[in-house]
Amino acid sequence: MYYDNRTSIWKTVDWFTILLYVLMIVTGWFCICGASYEFDSNSFFDPNGRPGSQMLWIATSFVLIFIILMLEKSFFEVYAYVIYAIIILLLIATIFLAKDIKGSYSWLVLGPVHIQPAEFAKFATALALAKWMSTYGFVLNTARNFALTIAFILLPMCCILLQKETGSALVFLAFFFMLYREGMSGYILLAGICAIVFFIVELKFSDAIIGITPMGKLIVSSLILLISTLLVLIERKGRPAIRIILIGITGVLLIAGALSFFYPVNFAWVLLGLIGALVLYLVFLSVINLMPHYALIALFATLSVGFLYSVDYVFDDLLEPHQQMRIKVSLGLEDDPSGAGYNVNQSKIAIGSGGLTGKGFLNGTQTKLKYVPEQDTDFIFCTIGEEFGFVGSVFVLLLYGAFIIRLFVLSERQESAFGRVYGYSVASIFLFHLTINVGMVMGLSPVIGIPLPFFSYGGSSLWGFTILLFVFLRIDALRRER
Amino acid sequence: MENFDSKYTLSNRFYVIAGAVVLVILLFIVRLFYLQIIDSDYKAWADSNAFLKKTLYPSRGAIYDRKGKLLVYNQPAYDVMLIMREVQPFDTLDFCSTLNITKEQLIQRFENIKNRKLNPNYSSYTPQVFMNHLTTAEHGVLQEKLYKFPGFYIQNRTVREYGFPNAAHVLGNVGEVNRKDLEEEPYYSIGDYSGRAGVERSYEKILRGEKGVEILLRDVHGRIKGKYENGKYDRPPVSGRNIKLAIDQELQAYGEKLMANKLGGIVMIEPETGEILCMVSSPTFDPSILVGKERGKNHMLLEKDTRKPLLDRSIMAYYPPGSTFKPAQALVFLQEGIITPQTLYTCNHGYPYLHGKPACHSHASPLNLIAALATSCNSYFCWGLHDMLDNRRRYQSVQEAFEVWKNHIISMGYGYRLGVDLPSERRGYIPNSKVYDTMHNKRWNSSSIISTAIGQGEIVTTPLQICNLAATIANRGYFITPHVVKEIEDTTLEAKYTEKRNTTIESRYYYPVADGMRRAVTEGTCRAANLPDISVCGKTGTAQNPHGKDHSIFMGFAPYENSKVAIAVFVENAGFGATVAVPIGKLMIEKYLKGEVAEENRYLEEQVINTVIEPNYVLR
Repeated sequence: MYYDNRTSIWKTVDWFTILLYVLMIVTGWFCICGASYEFDSNSFFDPNGRPGSQMLWIATSFVLIFIILMLEKSFFEVYAYVIYAIIILLLIATIFLAKDIKGSYSWLVLGPVHIQPAEFAKFATALALAKWMSTYGFVLNTARNFALTIAFILLPMCCILLQKETGSALVFLAFFFMLYREGMSGYILLAGICAIVFFIVELKFSDAIIGITPMGKLIVSSLILLISTLLVLIERKGRPAIRIILIGITGVLLIAGALSFFYPVNFAWVLLGLIGALVLYLVFLSVINLMPHYALIALFATLSVGFLYSVDYVFDDLLEPHQQMRIKVSLGLEDDPSGAGYNVNQSKIAIGSGGLTGKGFLNGTQTKLKYVPEQDTDFIFCTIGEEFGFVGSVFVLLLYGAFIIRLFVLSERQESAFGRVYGYSVASIFLFHLTINVGMVMGLSPVIGIPLPFFSYGGSSLWGFTILLFVFLRIDALRRER
Repeated sequence: MENFDSKYTLSNRFYVIAGAVVLVILLFIVRLFYLQIIDSDYKAWADSNAFLKKTLYPSRGAIYDRKGKLLVYNQPAYDVMLIMREVQPFDTLDFCSTLNITKEQLIQRFENIKNRKLNPNYSSYTPQVFMNHLTTAEHGVLQEKLYKFPGFYIQNRTVREYGFPNAAHVLGNVGEVNRKDLEEEPYYSIGDYSGRAGVERSYEKILRGEKGVEILLRDVHGRIKGKYENGKYDRPPVSGRNIKLAIDQELQAYGEKLMANKLGGIVMIEPETGEILCMVSSPTFDPSILVGKERGKNHMLLEKDTRKPLLDRSIMAYYPPGSTFKPAQALVFLQEGIITPQTLYTCNHGYPYLHGKPACHSHASPLNLIAALATSCNSYFCWGLHDMLDNRRRYQSVQEAFEVWKNHIISMGYGYRLGVDLPSERRGYIPNSKVYDTMHNKRWNSSSIISTAIGQGEIVTTPLQICNLAATIANRGYFITPHVVKEIEDTTLEAKYTEKRNTTIESRYYYPVADGMRRAVTEGTCRAANLPDISVCGKTGTAQNPHGKDHSIFMGFAPYENSKVAIAVFVENAGFGATVAVPIGKLMIEKYLKGEVAEENRYLEEQVINTVIEPNYVLR
């Protein structure tokens, strides 16, 4: 072992990221104090209380950080598969050993310590992917390589799904951002995101009808039309076509709008007709001008419409009402006053009541009085919104944004594919957590129970994210040591 | 579109991803801006979530009579409350026997509480009413055993308690506010109590005091977590103020006793002050039956009673004034110079001008004003009305003459509400010339409306208005708006209950009228009201009405000089005024001025009490 690097690690490690990390952890700890503050107890350092035990987790995290930074520089590259294998085994074991805690079978109980192996699976999967995708001459765009890559992701995901931790399993979708950077077709990412958005929008608005226009279909059709037009616009040679398309769309919409004063017009059908016309026009152009990308866009639009109507068909005609309800509730789409809808409503009330500058530290009423569920774990952002207001929330968001972009910048700087893949995975995971968690708290995305890294209470998640981050910082420091 | 082999192109994808991060953060900031800055609903929502504004109820003011007797006060009552979540299995047998209920009732009650249709605000965390209005005795027993029944609590509240079973109409009662109250006055909230009738209603704002508030912090389960800001924004309740009535409880009770088994009313006023000394409406009821558990049932019984016990006849019943209207007529004629006290009119067992109609009884003829009042001569006042309305030298038209007449009558307190401090006073009715224009196609004279001269026809009045006329004559020309409340704690009465209201009749014209009323008692129709050492003045009345036998009426005041009391007595369907109403008036005056009814009148008293007059329409 070479210990001549030991003095230099403190010089080469990215102190800016560490500063952001410490800032977030400290802010997070104060939020937990706010969220778990009771009127009768006032000690934040009581080890039995949540702020106290979070303090303990933070302290042990620093020990972890020290160990990680002290490890041999190539340790992670060498042991990536071993770590992955151990974690997979642990995940499988958890399925059978875990006890039922609030309907989830993801906790291993070792004496007084409860750990959730799923939190460590992200780091292990990222490592394994980095090792696999940095093998000499690796190209993602072969069927075999792509399938194996997906398998690396799906394996832990399935284990976690079997533990009934849907939220944590969905986090593994974040790896697709990394795959996109590594050469996966942008269309796959676009198609995936579109499929999810279309699905949620269609189901969420499935009961809303204005006039005779079903709102779900109208919004999704508009999105399809918008995205297709944008794709044509991106195409360098598409400029002349775009004028014809825009004039056509505007004209038809104006006529339909005027007609709607005299006859009820189903705008969803109008948009469907517009999409059909666009598809025909694009096919025509691609044949005349020999531009295959136009055909691809046409295919995208056609498949999207097909997807939209099949979701509708499957959901409305094949599923029983109680099954529909369960899907909607589990996706957080249904306003179930005692369930997910209630939670989101209360969390919006808590955030909204914060106003510009908030009610002040420990003065929040909604969170103090337990109106918001899971307020120190998944819904911790409510406390920020209520006690520190718009100013504080924006500060935290900017802090987070800076942190994630910094990670992407560092990843892009990596000279080795191993470092880059791992870095992109880490940054994508944080981005996914931020988007889903804050989106859920503010009522923008479905209620999927995943924590806000460094803010939510919990030892496993704090350790998991700390390891995830500092392994990357250790690899990054390695780059500069050379 | 994409060149997968070019490393340069792939590192460009960094910008797409970084752009996505910026987009997400921007989207969140816009959303935050909307939630926290633009939409103010969330703030209000949060307050109603977390603050429990607990109302602190003030104690309602007490009511005393003019001599300081406590008439209405508050008595503690107890409600049994339960918090469903805290209830544990308990000894139902013991519980039921303590509260005197059956096990079935217990189970039924539990089901009703949990039924959200019946009890929309139900929560298993908050106290629910299990049983209302426990008596003090029941409360004592339950209190001792309460430790055996976890989840059950006793909540104190107050109910009205009555010192005497009298004056139900004047006192009124207290009931739960209805939807109309809630809409009209934001002070009330659902479940509050307010005055429903009588003084309880008209002095509601004084009696109720002011509710206080205590702001408590409440968690999501409805559990109380302490006071908000240590009670900085709390407001203590202000107790209601006490009031003292002008009513004399003893006199009131005596009046009710005399009126037993008869329909009608007695009003007595102290002329000098306008204070109402007693206000009897018969049939009446014990005010305490409208308190507590039985209130709803009893109220229903009273409503269904054909004798209408809920109607306050003294201010709400419409009676034709009959001959008690003659002094008012005399005053108008004197003021207008139609007659002098010496003017003589003829009477021939009826009004000669219209061939003996309306009829009259036998007395000397011709006669002057004082004799006419004493004998209650119909013709005299018919002549008077004729000489006024058909006098074309003085008035251009019959309409003009009638308007002058009407304005004088109204100045004496007829035709409009007097403004007594009780709710639901009715105004009576004095027609104007247009009414007769319509009725007689604009061609009419005194003969068309001759029954007006003797207090019949279209004219209707309340007993209070008749008594007020007696008070005005006693005062020789003015009255003070009658009122039942004498004093209010820490404040003065409204100005209108202390100001003199002059009529349009000069004071000097009241003297001959008073003389006539004195003569009626000494040697006229009111002889039955004569008292040896009190100079009673009076006027009988016999009012024809569509309900059967004539109403018997007495109006009077005493003594002749410096009068201390004015009175009006109405007994429905009792026949001639002299038969029932006059003896009642006599006894009431004696009772008030002497404090006691003399031995020689005890027989009369007995007779009056035992007189039963149940009109036919009441007996089904």
